[in-house]
Amino acid sequence: MIVTFIGLCLTVISQRQMTRTGTIQFFSETDVEDIEAINNQVSSVLDLASGEMAYTLLMKAFSFEKALMQEHFNEKYVESDKYPKAKFKGKIIGFSPSKLTAKPTEFKVKGSLTIHGVTNEIEVTEKLWKNEKGEILGETTFTIKLADYKIEVPSTVRENISETIEIKVKVNYEKMG
Amino acid sequence: MKKWVKSFVFLLISISFSFGQDDLLDMLEETEEPTTDYAFATFKTTRLVSGHSVETNAAGVLQFLVGHRFGRVNAGWQELFGIDNATIRFGFEYGLTDNLNIGIGRSSFQKTYDGTIKWRFLRQKSGAENFPFTATYVATIFMDTREWANPDRENYFSSRLNYNHSLLLARKFGRTFSLQLMPSLVHRNLVKTMEDQNTIFAMGAGTSIRLNGSARFNIEYHYIPEGQIISLIGGEKVQNSLSFGLDFETGGHVFQFQLTNSRGMTERYLVGETTGSWLDGDIHLGFNISRVFTVKKPKSFKNEDDENI
Repeated sequence: MIVTFIGLCLTVISQRQMTRTGTIQFFSETDVEDIEAINNQVSSVLDLASGEMAYTLLMKAFSFEKALMQEHFNEKYVESDKYPKAKFKGKIIGFSPSKLTAKPTEFKVKGSLTIHGVTNEIEVTEKLWKNEKGEILGETTFTIKLADYKIEVPSTVRENISETIEIKVKVNYEKMG
Repeated sequence: MKKWVKSFVFLLISISFSFGQDDLLDMLEETEEPTTDYAFATFKTTRLVSGHSVETNAAGVLQFLVGHRFGRVNAGWQELFGIDNATIRFGFEYGLTDNLNIGIGRSSFQKTYDGTIKWRFLRQKSGAENFPFTATYVATIFMDTREWANPDRENYFSSRLNYNHSLLLARKFGRTFSLQLMPSLVHRNLVKTMEDQNTIFAMGAGTSIRLNGSARFNIEYHYIPEGQIISLIGGEKVQNSLSFGLDFETGGHVFQFQLTNSRGMTERYLVGETTGSWLDGDIHLGFNISRVFTVKKPKSFKNEDDENI
């Protein structure tokens, strides 16, 4: 009985792949200034059975080209003390593990994205593929509007910060267990 | 019996299945390693009002500072409330590392050059590692380059030199309130009389209150225990320095406006050279402008074009 139970649990676990070192970059481009930040400590998990996926990251783990940008990002814009994390929880539409090959395939992912304490439903296109070790890799680029997440930009720097931010996500999942 | 086994297996499957459906976010967060969270933006910039705050420039960041202190407000309308009588200090500070800064500056007040070394050696942090406050040590040497007051007697170069050592201890409480203590030693190589102490001890305290993400209100006070300075300066008794300031940050610039009873803009003048009395209206208007330039970028951003905040 117990063996069956453990066996079942393991099957469930082995249907999941996870990473703690996913990368998220974002870009703000205006005529005045281009701003770029990178976070290499993104956690994500993908459930192969259900096609569900989740992401979580610490806002403070974004590093910027200029130290003060990082301070202002955390202090003024995303208010990391109040809202330390950004999260995504969603589902790949029409997913089955058999659709994954060595060639990137596009899937639609629908879910809820939480930034700055505000949650919005989003739909993005994500490329997924499998490497020779059977690990799943994913990549997506999408844009968000700062206003949708109640991130306010003071008038003094409105020309420096774009209202739309491009977000690039890269993950290399690893097998669990 | 068989039926019982079947239903038990079914139960187990459904348990496992529900475990499989378990919230993936919860699963990620439950297995997360704790991280260390450093306090940031304890103060808006490297100066509280006139004196240093615990903040340092990050590695590769060059800060240009220019400050003005006007004459006394009670000089009246003819002096445009002190505006006619401005002093200036400008200086550069550079982050050798995130915690070690060097700086140079020049004040028109007493034609003084200054050189500074600033080391943030402890940081307030919470989470995986904890520490309750940030500590920075700042040491400055000042060189007065005015003509000798008594050119006829034998004058030594060392008489031009003065020193300041301050230990800055600051804590940020929540996100709106920061407090700083700054015990300081000011050493003057040359003093007016035998009764005046060459080394003055002062206890400073300051606070900063966040008004919003871009603005702060600051207070800075330096208390000099009695009996260390006997001589008058310009016929006036030396006072404790008290300043009130407002910070406005606009990206790469920080504008600081202040009301203070101190004429000088460095510790050496805040402690031991402040003669204005708040009660008599000997108040100076002033402002500082800080501008930062990222001279050396972090490795991961090396290829970008150069632009400032």
